[in-house]
Amino acid sequence: MARTAVSGRLTWRVASVAENRAITASARSLVLDVPDWPGHLAGQHVDVRLTAEDGYSVQRSYSIASAPDGNRVELAVQRVADGEVSPYLCDVLSPGDQVELRGPVGGWFVWRATDPAPVLLVAGGSGIAPLMAMVRARAEQGSRVPFRLVYSVRTPEDVYFADELRRRAREDAGLDVHLVHTRRVPDGAPEPKRIGVATLNTHGWPPDFTPNCFVCGPTGFVETVADILVALGHDPRRVRTERFG
Amino acid sequence: MSDDHVDGNALAGDLREIFAVDLTAATGRCAGCGHRGSVAALRVYRNAPGLVARCPECEEVVLRLVRGPDRAWLDLRGTVSLEIPLGS
Amino acid sequence: MAIVSPGFSGRRRSSDVQLPPGQYLAEDFPVLTAGPTPRVPTDRWELTISTEAGHRHVWSWQQLMELPAEKITTDIHCVTKWSKLGTRWKGVSLDVLLEEVETAADFALVQSYGGYTTNLPLEDLLDGQAWIAYRYDGDEITPEHGGPARLLVPHLYFWKSAKWVRGIQLLLEDEPGFWETAGYHDYGDPWREQRYQGD
Repeated sequence: MARTAVSGRLTWRVASVAENRAITASARSLVLDVPDWPGHLAGQHVDVRLTAEDGYSVQRSYSIASAPDGNRVELAVQRVADGEVSPYLCDVLSPGDQVELRGPVGGWFVWRATDPAPVLLVAGGSGIAPLMAMVRARAEQGSRVPFRLVYSVRTPEDVYFADELRRRAREDAGLDVHLVHTRRVPDGAPEPKRIGVATLNTHGWPPDFTPNCFVCGPTGFVETVADILVALGHDPRRVRTERFG
Repeated sequence: MSDDHVDGNALAGDLREIFAVDLTAATGRCAGCGHRGSVAALRVYRNAPGLVARCPECEEVVLRLVRGPDRAWLDLRGTVSLEIPLGS
Repeated sequence: MAIVSPGFSGRRRSSDVQLPPGQYLAEDFPVLTAGPTPRVPTDRWELTISTEAGHRHVWSWQQLMELPAEKITTDIHCVTKWSKLGTRWKGVSLDVLLEEVETAADFALVQSYGGYTTNLPLEDLLDGQAWIAYRYDGDEITPEHGGPARLLVPHLYFWKSAKWVRGIQLLLEDEPGFWETAGYHDYGDPWREQRYQGD
């Protein structure tokens, strides 16, 4: 059972890197050990802060990709070509290093197993991170809530947690996973295309099932998908979004 | 590039430093147009000397948050009121 | 006290030049914004200077172009800690625009298309300290950087150099603008590190 009580004001704390491994050619899974981690809800994120010796500091937000698991928190970090923070997190941080963290935060873009409504998850690229936490939390809690995941990527090599998603699509009862490739498709698959009305109609839930929809990814992607869901008849209050910018 | 905005989820950490509860799940009414929505759904411009959250309907400023070294300023005059879920 | 991240230096490079306290040298020209970018065609553009007595002086784009302009090379300092040295601009000095304006006001509230405002003492707009700039680095100022015209008052933190400038109200009393009402300093001298209220 996730410990979610976080009382008082939150401040920065120091975490240690437990693992830093590749999940695609340009993305890494960063597993942090956070002493006294209070647990988190699937969908929440953390803020990470880096400080140079002269005091210069920057911070970025990263969704927690893991289900609650003691002091362990997993982040999926996309290396941004001329980024300030992601190249450091991906290429420099090594097991044993320390990094500052603030969290867990975010109480709106969260999924709780106590809600019996079916769930539609729509991910654009690195937006899969918080939705993966939801898929994992569902399994870990033995939830039977029906889940459909639509995951849009450019090419098959850009799928985060590819093996795990294939396994879960087979083994997690009530979970459906549909990949959309926008630039290059696997052999034998139909032409590349972007997510549109047809995809969400076919691979989503009918609006009268009153599903909870969670959409995460770049701002443009999220707004397009959210507009389509509302146009298809989903209640806008049941479409929750998280824009990465 | 400068029109890049994210949403109110990005305010979670900074607001959580000030308040003991999550405010992104709070519902606010825009003082400009009356639109009601969650703080998480606000349009947030954060490439700025502070965080500026605007109404997704009318774009008026709903909330501003400036973080100094030992103080924060939170300007909520663009919000009529906030309804904050507290649990029972 | 934050922990240091070994090997992290961000995008800045170190400077041999003396920068105001707490500043770092930027390699690029960061775009900071508090809202959607206004896009104002020059045939609709107007600049209005209004006095405390209610008199309005208005310039169209064409009229602005006909005024004597200067080339300005200057350092700029943003309150978010980046500085850029030797930036090149072209614009009309506020001394020229205010020449015919009769006023007893001590303060100015600068207004932008899109609703942004910032305040400063009137004397900081005079004596070769401020311009309405319409060219940057040999080109038109892009909308992202405040075009078609922005205020340029480089001796103060750059949030005072209002992008998309459309008016200046001359006031008898100081009226804090967009960032000043949200915690930033009313004056904003980078050399005295006046970032926040009370600094």
